[in-house]
Amino acid sequence: MSAAATDHEHALVYPDEPIYSRITAGKLAMWLFLLSDGFSFSGLLLSYGILRGSSQVWGCTTEAIAKTFGCIEEPALGINFTALLTFLLICSSVTMVLSHASMVEGDRKGALKWLGLTVAGGALFLVGQCWEYWGLFGLFGPHHGLIHEGLKFGATHYATTFYCVTGFHGLHVLTGVLYLSAVWIGTAMGKTDANTLEVAGLFWHFVDLVWILVFTFIYLIPN
Amino acid sequence: MSDRVMTKADIEAAEHLQHAHVEPKDFLSRYVFSIDHKYIAKQFLWAGLLFLLFGGLLAMLIRWQWAFPSQPVPLVGKALFPNSGGAITPPAYSTIFTTHGLIMIFFAITPIMIGTFGNFCIPLMIGARDMAFPKLNMYSFWVFMVSQLLMIASFCVELGSAAAGWTTYPPLSTNVGTPGAGQSLVVLALFVTGISSIMGAINYITTVIRFRAPGMTWFRMPATVWGLWLTAILNALFVPVLGSAGLLLLFDRTFGTQFFVAGAAGGIGDPILFQHLFWIFGHPEVYILILPIWGFVIDFMSFFARKPAYWYKGSVYAMISVSVLSAVVYGHHMFVTGMSPLLGQAFMLLTLVISVPAEILFLNWLHTMWKGSIRLTVPMLFALGTVFVFGLGGLTGIYLATISTDLYLHDTMWVVGHFHLTMASAAFLGSFGALYFWFPKMYGRATNETLGKVHFWFSVIGVTAVFCGQLIAGYNGQQRRLFDPFQYTYIKHLRELNKYTSYFAFALGAGQLAFVVNFFHSLFAGKKAEKNPWDVGTLEWTDCESPPVYHNFDRVPIVLRGPHEYNNPEVLAKLGKDWVGQSEQLPGEDIGIDAIAAE
Repeated sequence: MSAAATDHEHALVYPDEPIYSRITAGKLAMWLFLLSDGFSFSGLLLSYGILRGSSQVWGCTTEAIAKTFGCIEEPALGINFTALLTFLLICSSVTMVLSHASMVEGDRKGALKWLGLTVAGGALFLVGQCWEYWGLFGLFGPHHGLIHEGLKFGATHYATTFYCVTGFHGLHVLTGVLYLSAVWIGTAMGKTDANTLEVAGLFWHFVDLVWILVFTFIYLIPN
Repeated sequence: MSDRVMTKADIEAAEHLQHAHVEPKDFLSRYVFSIDHKYIAKQFLWAGLLFLLFGGLLAMLIRWQWAFPSQPVPLVGKALFPNSGGAITPPAYSTIFTTHGLIMIFFAITPIMIGTFGNFCIPLMIGARDMAFPKLNMYSFWVFMVSQLLMIASFCVELGSAAAGWTTYPPLSTNVGTPGAGQSLVVLALFVTGISSIMGAINYITTVIRFRAPGMTWFRMPATVWGLWLTAILNALFVPVLGSAGLLLLFDRTFGTQFFVAGAAGGIGDPILFQHLFWIFGHPEVYILILPIWGFVIDFMSFFARKPAYWYKGSVYAMISVSVLSAVVYGHHMFVTGMSPLLGQAFMLLTLVISVPAEILFLNWLHTMWKGSIRLTVPMLFALGTVFVFGLGGLTGIYLATISTDLYLHDTMWVVGHFHLTMASAAFLGSFGALYFWFPKMYGRATNETLGKVHFWFSVIGVTAVFCGQLIAGYNGQQRRLFDPFQYTYIKHLRELNKYTSYFAFALGAGQLAFVVNFFHSLFAGKKAEKNPWDVGTLEWTDCESPPVYHNFDRVPIVLRGPHEYNNPEVLAKLGKDWVGQSEQLPGEDIGIDAIAAE
């Protein structure tokens, strides 16, 4: 099979009617995938909402709550740190846009630079999430990180939904970092065009957008 | 007749986009990891037919149990249930009815209807040389194979396969209700098959939007493509919801979380949450299983009544509105779960509203046949059978959509009869009709008409009798899923009814032999099929050989008209035949290209 056989990425120019649209097949498929993936996130967030809505206690985070409801104390989520991660992810979306813009202007070097920064931002976010879960190799004391502080997967809905939703999102970030790295290599080898970057960017912005929802629902809504 | 002007550049661009794939020579990429949509369709067909046989045999076991409770199963009993002297045991029975449902829906109907005909028909009928993403298509099939293997594996582990009912409701489906790896493997298999469905769906949607041949406007598409396309959209949107429900259930089963564990099981979870997630997916799913069939029937009615499809646009809009409505009616599965009456009424109303577009479709089918010159070919017979059983099923559904009657009918055999008539029988008959219709194009050989008719009559009488028998049993209060219904005094008198229903079921099963013989005989020794044995005008018959060449079309066809041009007086006068191909130029017809060249 020749390499061209599966290459259907050319922008279509036939027939000149709005019903055929000019969106490339790859871009359309990415939009459809994101729509689909959005529904899988909705499934999880819906579960989160229903479980949280019907729970008496959401997060046994203070001694007072523990005393009143007789639950085992759990750590509160660190909003400040995660806000920093959120900011980081938004910045990586900006660099993604700049990377695409450079590519449109034909500046492959600029595109590589900005894309590299995007990948770095995503990777740093993942490091931050690991830090939040496990701590950073005992750097700040052996009992650092939510897992060590007693946020136990499976113990309460507060803990389980936290790990499920942020973990599912983390997997998306990981996928994004790997995907963008592959695109970076392809771009360095001169095999990509602005469309490739746009499609990859769609995925990245989606991951970013979903994080903003996750951050709002999981971290920001007070008890 | 052409309502648009095409430029030479348009056509060149189409050729450039859809360059012909080179047919691979090596064995693996030709017969195993093929990226050819026609071959992948056949792979799905075989995988689906094998599981249809599997699910069908499970159904025979259920019917045996209801006809002759706890008596040894003839022929296979000793081998399957050695510890009970050949009789079905209660745990085995739970596994049988659970896996019958799951296998039929996810591993038989879905691959045959969507995997096979979606793959085969979409590119050929819209004039494309392949799917938008041929490799993704191949991955979709192999991911599906993994899920089938997981399903088979679930039968081989200790305590057997899934046994919590096809709906997999917790807490029965948690470790408390159904211990053992079998249930987990089945939930995993559903998750994996969902991934395959989403891959396929994205591919189908993109292909229809981007790869239609020049001139193939939305309303020149055959209804078959419309049905498959809408199905793909529902799949892409709602399968992920089942995926998330399955994931959480797997966590409950394997990692000790308690999303759904509650009540006597002693957890902190919410079993009703699963019902919500399941039916948000589950209701669109039943339309996923019927929309392609509606598409086939709209086309077949027109093809074999030799008339244009009556109010074709209305039928398409009806299918679109059903697709939209299907997303907002799922609550009618949960009337007795405990639901705010106001919410229940909203769901009831929305559900009943679906019968309006369904009626439009129904009337359009009848109107298409009205005063047509009907050709009772095997596909047409199956299409008529589909209309009949779907009508029966649709009418019985009204009583389930209405809360006041549903409270009595819920979880009775009435429900089983209803959804088997609408979803199962219609999908079953419709898929076989489609298979008889496209078999000559798929394999280049004609099927045997007589055997096809024998198969049809066994099938249509079989499903009607079996599922009407279930409706009657349910109306008399027989609950579904009972191991031995006749130990209850109030069901005792239904023993004879159940017995005769089972006899019809066995006849239905035996009648499928006609298909098996026909299929294999035609495959190897059938008469060589003509290019267009049915005299229809859609592209796969007019522009492709039987079977089509690897790249489908030597030149990408230029589409000039809709798919249902039959007995058009102008065509009769000019061509002397009662049909005209979608890409067939009438003498003296201006298709816009020459006009531009003249400039």
